[in-house]
Amino acid sequence: MAKTEPLIFELSRPGRGATAQFPDVDAEIDVPAAFRRRRPPALPEVSELQAVRHYTRLSQLNFGIDTHFYPLGSCTMKYNPRVCNSLAMLPGFLGRHPLAPASTGQGVLACLFELQEMLKHVTGMAGVSLTPMAGAQGEFAGVAMIRAYHRARGDSARNEIIVPDAAHGTNPATATMCGMKVREIPTLADGDVDLAALGAALSPATAGIMLTNPSTLGVFERRIVEIARMVHEAGGLLYYDGANLNAILGKVRPGDMGFDVIHMNLHKTFSTPHGGGGPGSGAVGVGKRLLPHLPLPVVGREGDRYRWLDERDLPGSIGRLSGFMGNTGVLLRAWVYMRILGAAGMRRVAEYSTLNANYLLARLREAGFEPAYPGRRASHEFIVTLKREARELGVTAMDFAKRLLDHGYHAPTTYFPLLVPECLLIEPTESESREELDGFVDALAAIKNEAATDAAVVKSAPHTMPVRRLDDVRAARQLDIAWKPAAT
Amino acid sequence: MPYIPHTPDDVRAMLDRIGAASIDDLFDEIPNSLRIDALPGVPAALPEMDVARLAAARAAADGRPLNFIGAGAYEHHIPAPVWALVTRGEIYSAYTPYQAEASQGTLQVMYEYQSMIAALTAMDVSNASLYDGASALAEACLMAVRAHRRSKSARILVPATVNPTWRRVAEVITEGQGLKLDAVPYDLATGCVDVKALERHAGEDITAIVIQQPNFFGQLEDVDVLTRWARANGALVIAAVNPVALALVAPPGEWGDGGADIAVGDAQPCGVPLSSGGPYVGFMACRMEHVRQMPGRIAGRTVDTAGKPGFTLTLQAREQHIRRAKATSNICTNQGLLMTAATIHLALLGPEGLGRVARACLARTAELVAALTQLPGVREVFPGPRFHEAVLKLERPAGPVLDALAAEGIVGGLDLERDFPELGHALLVCATETRTTADIEAYARALGRAAA
Repeated sequence: MAKTEPLIFELSRPGRGATAQFPDVDAEIDVPAAFRRRRPPALPEVSELQAVRHYTRLSQLNFGIDTHFYPLGSCTMKYNPRVCNSLAMLPGFLGRHPLAPASTGQGVLACLFELQEMLKHVTGMAGVSLTPMAGAQGEFAGVAMIRAYHRARGDSARNEIIVPDAAHGTNPATATMCGMKVREIPTLADGDVDLAALGAALSPATAGIMLTNPSTLGVFERRIVEIARMVHEAGGLLYYDGANLNAILGKVRPGDMGFDVIHMNLHKTFSTPHGGGGPGSGAVGVGKRLLPHLPLPVVGREGDRYRWLDERDLPGSIGRLSGFMGNTGVLLRAWVYMRILGAAGMRRVAEYSTLNANYLLARLREAGFEPAYPGRRASHEFIVTLKREARELGVTAMDFAKRLLDHGYHAPTTYFPLLVPECLLIEPTESESREELDGFVDALAAIKNEAATDAAVVKSAPHTMPVRRLDDVRAARQLDIAWKPAAT
Repeated sequence: MPYIPHTPDDVRAMLDRIGAASIDDLFDEIPNSLRIDALPGVPAALPEMDVARLAAARAAADGRPLNFIGAGAYEHHIPAPVWALVTRGEIYSAYTPYQAEASQGTLQVMYEYQSMIAALTAMDVSNASLYDGASALAEACLMAVRAHRRSKSARILVPATVNPTWRRVAEVITEGQGLKLDAVPYDLATGCVDVKALERHAGEDITAIVIQQPNFFGQLEDVDVLTRWARANGALVIAAVNPVALALVAPPGEWGDGGADIAVGDAQPCGVPLSSGGPYVGFMACRMEHVRQMPGRIAGRTVDTAGKPGFTLTLQAREQHIRRAKATSNICTNQGLLMTAATIHLALLGPEGLGRVARACLARTAELVAALTQLPGVREVFPGPRFHEAVLKLERPAGPVLDALAAEGIVGGLDLERDFPELGHALLVCATETRTTADIEAYARALGRAAA
């Protein structure tokens, strides 16, 4: 890979600039003196070529799906079709102001309305709002709706959310943000929820439960119907974390499992870009009970005209979560993806992501790696535990992950979920070929071999990246998170 | 099969290796009663070409009306390199930099972005972005409650001159944690915070006050007076600012005697298209003393095992994947792509270019107000200095006027009547550097017809 690149600030020279980008304007114009900034901001002064070359070079320091196999568990790093981007960036879509009259937005609103409808059908829910801007905000909307539902019924003592110990950290963090108490319940050795513990946790204080199914352990929760019955009988609602929706698309629907509310990560299942950490998009779907509480705005259709539904249409809504309409451009990308796949293509997403995961699991098992849940089918992802390698060879999951980078593979998710020691959570997605999966198995087998013969090479990896392992402790202790100009 | 590379031979060989007879068998842990074999209601697949035709027709149907709305989202020139670079696969298709050694590009862009936001706001530090300006304000309110340990009220003053949608979003997001967002009225004569009304809160336990500069009406607030009032009354200051305006107006870090505590806003005006509302990019900066209360991703500069400088995510002990129920926020992602766009945009413009854009906005808005107030029955409501927006009063309700303008291909402004009924038939208009004299004349002619 390319070597490191100086900071843009280090390329800066006073008086230089990408002047083709500057508007012509009278230099005398300014705000009144009392409001004026005294010193110009310390932004870089570089030529257009310097900026282009700098950010091109920085991009070359990254792994992305377009350059490398990226089997990051629970993140669904599948191919992001280029057309999704190019169509979402058509000038007619890009130039539209969010507060412009609906008469000037019938095209974009038609796409969003269709997206709402398609998401309703694939999840088996009664209504969808596209407004949450990421999975975590979708979770927030979901728990806020659960709270609004109980409150509207005068059932306001329900202030507990049950969360399995395998859950994503966003689940308990979301419950807290919504003013709920978190009750954690354990997972059984086979990966399913402990129903006895669930039964003991349910009470008149139960507002709901947050579940991911298939779970973050890479297995389908087999007794979901029983769980739904127990939670509903206790007066609670079921929240579906859509992190792993890719595994079941078109095969089984959260609505049919008994879930009352669901968020979908459009940047996972529907292939909108991860973008180095965003934008996400966390559309929510709800069953009938929660329909009045959907977050705003929602796209409505009257005859052949579309418009935003607002507070006047949905007075029971939990309200707004963004300045306008969530991540509209991301929604358009998801719409393109879904129209190209169609109903059959969506089912194939689940089928081939599951095929790839089970194949990879079978091959890794043959290569001597230990599955965390050996008696179970993989969903679209699975966990390998390296606790034996750690104990016998002193080489950890972190070491394997770093050495994989040298082999040209992004590492799987490491040390999550928290209940499996030395774990790699591996999600290949449907868009990878058999050859790519075979190459990954060969790399892991080679590293395992190396760990037995020359552990130091693995423990000091990576060796071929722009930098070696970074000092995270120093990063936190000697905090350097913003460049400052030298004092003059 | 779109985006799936498997040949029939692959499938057979893979199933053999798994020891399964069919792909369907791989779903045998799902109860039969739940399984479906079709997705009614979802349309059939279309080739890329057909979807492209449909999308192009819809985008064209939305037209390219001449836009004169701001109100939190601003139409600026976006240099061609910005999106050419942002959509490079190495940026577009990467994820959160969990493996720092294979993500130095993303991490360094985060660090450069944080540095630019800190420079613009004159604050010590910045995070690597939040979802949008409205949710950033909500997070700032929650952060203020955590940061201000002596205040027990969890009460935030939000003047009526703050973007009303941002206020609503902040209410929704903070309500679960018991925050109280109390309004402070504005002075009808100036369109700025009514300092006398604020004075009535002197001596109360107030956690923070929000000050938007320029405010929702485009007016410049007396931020020094407001910041000093907050200090004197033991309240933190949350600044809500526009990054382009900051090229010219005093930055939050220099307000009053000690500066604001937290600064938030939307960096959409820096390289992010309007796109019907998103994705945009919220920013948040703060004083160093509050950094551990800040939500969101933060990149830090450190060294590797060979002593070479490099970048990594830092202060992760604040975050949900470590702290779970005790995290500063449930936020997981930032707005990576948009943060990257803003960074490249600011690098291209630099202090000189951004200053010119800001001056051009001042000039164009002045030209727009002058042209429109020539018309009978149209007058500017507030007399004070403004940035790139102004409130105009009409003699008839703004709604039908705006509809008539839209029919002529002009998006003429935001009708304020619903959120600010006390202003009567009022319209919030905006002109950035992208509007020409010819555009403004066209608007004036059309308004002359529509409002007559």
